[in-house]
Amino acid sequence: MTTAVEDLHLVGVTKRFGEATAVADLSLDVPAGSFFALLGPSGCGKTTTLRMVAGLELPSSGRILLGERDITRRPPYRRNVNTVFQSYALFPHLDIHDNVAFGLRRRGIRAVDAPVREMLELVELGGFARRRPAQLSGGQQQRVALARALINRPDVLLLDEPLGALDLKLRRQMQLELKRIQTEVGITFIHVTHDQEEALTMADTVAVMNGGRIEQLGSPIDVYEGPQTAFVANFLGQANLYPGVTAGAGAEATGVAITIADATVTVPVSALAGRSGRVVVGVRPEKVRVVDPSAEHDLPANRLQGTIAEVAFVGVSTQYVIALPSGARLAAFEQNLDPREVGRPGEPVALGWEPRHTFILDADEDLRAGLLDQTPVPPADPVAAPLSGSAPGAR
Amino acid sequence: MRRRSTPYLLLLPGMAWLGFFFLIPLASLLATSLQRPLGPSTEDGFAPALEFTNYSAALLAYWPQFLKSFAFAGLASLIGLLIAFPLAYFIAFRAGRWRMLMLVLVVLPLFSSFLLRTNAWKTLLSSEGFIVETLNALALLPDDRVLNTPIAVIAGLTYNFLPFLVLPIYASLDRIDKAVVEAAADLYATAAARLRTVILPLAAPGVLSGVLLTFIPAAGDYINAQLLGSIQDKMIGNVIQSQFIIVRDYPTASALSFMFMVTILVLVLLYIRRVGTRELV
Repeated sequence: MTTAVEDLHLVGVTKRFGEATAVADLSLDVPAGSFFALLGPSGCGKTTTLRMVAGLELPSSGRILLGERDITRRPPYRRNVNTVFQSYALFPHLDIHDNVAFGLRRRGIRAVDAPVREMLELVELGGFARRRPAQLSGGQQQRVALARALINRPDVLLLDEPLGALDLKLRRQMQLELKRIQTEVGITFIHVTHDQEEALTMADTVAVMNGGRIEQLGSPIDVYEGPQTAFVANFLGQANLYPGVTAGAGAEATGVAITIADATVTVPVSALAGRSGRVVVGVRPEKVRVVDPSAEHDLPANRLQGTIAEVAFVGVSTQYVIALPSGARLAAFEQNLDPREVGRPGEPVALGWEPRHTFILDADEDLRAGLLDQTPVPPADPVAAPLSGSAPGAR
Repeated sequence: MRRRSTPYLLLLPGMAWLGFFFLIPLASLLATSLQRPLGPSTEDGFAPALEFTNYSAALLAYWPQFLKSFAFAGLASLIGLLIAFPLAYFIAFRAGRWRMLMLVLVVLPLFSSFLLRTNAWKTLLSSEGFIVETLNALALLPDDRVLNTPIAVIAGLTYNFLPFLVLPIYASLDRIDKAVVEAAADLYATAAARLRTVILPLAAPGVLSGVLLTFIPAAGDYINAQLLGSIQDKMIGNVIQSQFIIVRDYPTASALSFMFMVTILVLVLLYIRRVGTRELV
C-alpha cells in the first residue's frame, strides 16, 4: 500500500481488427489512485482499450505509459497491471488460497500465507481458502477474482464488467464494496461497464465511449448534468431533446429565449456556450415538475402545457409521458411525495422546469444517438415541424 | 414401480453382452489355465484340475516377453505423448480455421486397415528405404538397420496408437477457457509457467485417458512385433498367440493371458492413483 502508484496515459491509441477500427486515436490520462469508469454500449471499444492496457492486445498505433515508462509492447506478465476478468477466469484446478497466491508465487514470493489470508479477509472470504472455485457462488467468485488481482498491489487494476454476471441486489452491494476496497487500497481502478448506474455510483471520473472514441469525460455529476452530445444525454440516463432556435440576438441577464415548436423556454447564457441560431434543447425527466393546470403558478420558469399519454408508477417515482400540443413527447419523473395525486392518461397537465436545468447541444446532433431503439427521425424544421423529442422509455 | 425398474432395464442389453462375451469366457479362461495335461504331448488333451504350477512355469519361461511388452508399450506411450501433446496443443490453440482439417488428418489413417498400415511401415523402414538410407548416410544407426529391431516395433506401436493419444488430449485442451490462460499471463506467468501451472494440469485428464488408450492395447499387441520385429522382439501377445494357435498348450496360454490382464490392471490402477485427477476424461 506504500508503493507509489503511477498515472496511466494512453497517447493516440488505435486498434484495428482487419478492416474494423475498434479504438480510434484514443488519448486518456488516468491519475494515480482514481476510480475511472469507461462507459459505453457493447462494441464501443471499451474492452479492447482495457485489454491493451492489460497487454492482452497490441495497439495498432499509439503508446501506453505507466508513469514515465512506455509499456505498450510489454507482455502482460511484465507489467504491473492486473485484471478482474468478466468471466472471473479463476483457475478451476486450484483452491481459493492457491488462486489468490498465484501472482505472488509467479514472482517468486514464498511467504504467501499471510498476505493471502489478509486479502481474503478484505473481500470477506476468510473461511473459504480451501474451497474450489466451482464450490462458490457468483458473488464469491467475483470477490476471489478481485482478491487474486489486488494481492499483487498493481499500479492499475482493470475491471472488465466485473458485476455483469451478478443479480441486481448483489450488484448494488458489490458496487459499494468495490468502492470501499478501492478507497482502502488506494490503487487506480479502471472499470469497464455498459451499466451507467454502476459507472455513476463508483467512479470519480467517467469516460463515455462510442464508436471507438471518447464522447465525453468528466465527473459523474458533470457528465450527467451537462451532456455535450446527444449520445451522452441518451446513454447516461434519459433525456428530452428538442430542436430549437434562439430567439432574438442580444443576451439578456435572465438568459436566452429559445423557441421550440410552439413554445418558448429560457436557457442560461452559459449553457449556450456561444451558440446561436439552431440548437438542440435538452432537459432530464427528473427535472420536470408535473402538476394540475390549476397549480401552474407554482411551476419553475420554463412552462409547457400537455396531456398525460402514459403513466407508470415505479415506487420511488411516477414516470409520465406527456403529449405536447405539437405532438412531441416529453418524459417526466415525479417523486412520489403524495402517490394519491398520480395523474391518469388523458388528463391535461402543466409542466415546468428551472432554466438552469436546461442543457444545449449542437443542432447537427442525432437526437436518437445512444438509444436502443434506432428508428430514424424525420428531419426536423425547428419551427414548422412538430417537436421530435427522443422517445422516452426506449431505454 | 415402473420408474424404479427402468434404469435396470436399460442396463440389461449391456449387462447381457458383458456376461456372455466377457464374464463367461473369463471364467472359462480361468478354468483352462488350471487344467492338467493328460499326456506328454498337447495332442493328448487336458483335464480339469487346479494346477497352479501352470502359472509359475509360464512366468518362468516367458518373463522376458512380459517385460518387453510393458517396456515397448511404455516407450511407445511416452514417445507418443511427446508427439501428441504439441500436436494437440497446436490444433486446439493455434490451428484456427485449419483445426477441422487437422483433426480429420489425425483420424484418417484409422480408415485403412491396421495390418495394411503396419505392413506399409515394413516398407518404410526396410534397409532399401529412404529413411534407413538417410540415417545410414549420417551414420546414426548402430547396426545399419531399423527393421527387425526393437526400434521398429516401438515406432510401429507409437504410430498405430497416436490418434488415441491426440484426440483425448485435444478434447481436454479445447475445453480450457482461454480467459484462464490470459488470467495466468496477467498474473505474471510466462509462457513456460502458463504451460506448467495451468495448461498441463487442466489437460491432465486427457493425457491420462490418452495414455491408457495407448498403453493397454499396445502392451497386448502382437502385430507390430510380428511384422516389424525380429524373433528376439516378441511380445507377450505373440507368445499367447503361438501358444494358443500353434503349440496348442491351452493352460499355458490361458495362464499367460490371465497374468497379463492382472498386471495391466495393477499398473493402470497405480498410474491413475499417481497422476489421476478426480474426474476421468
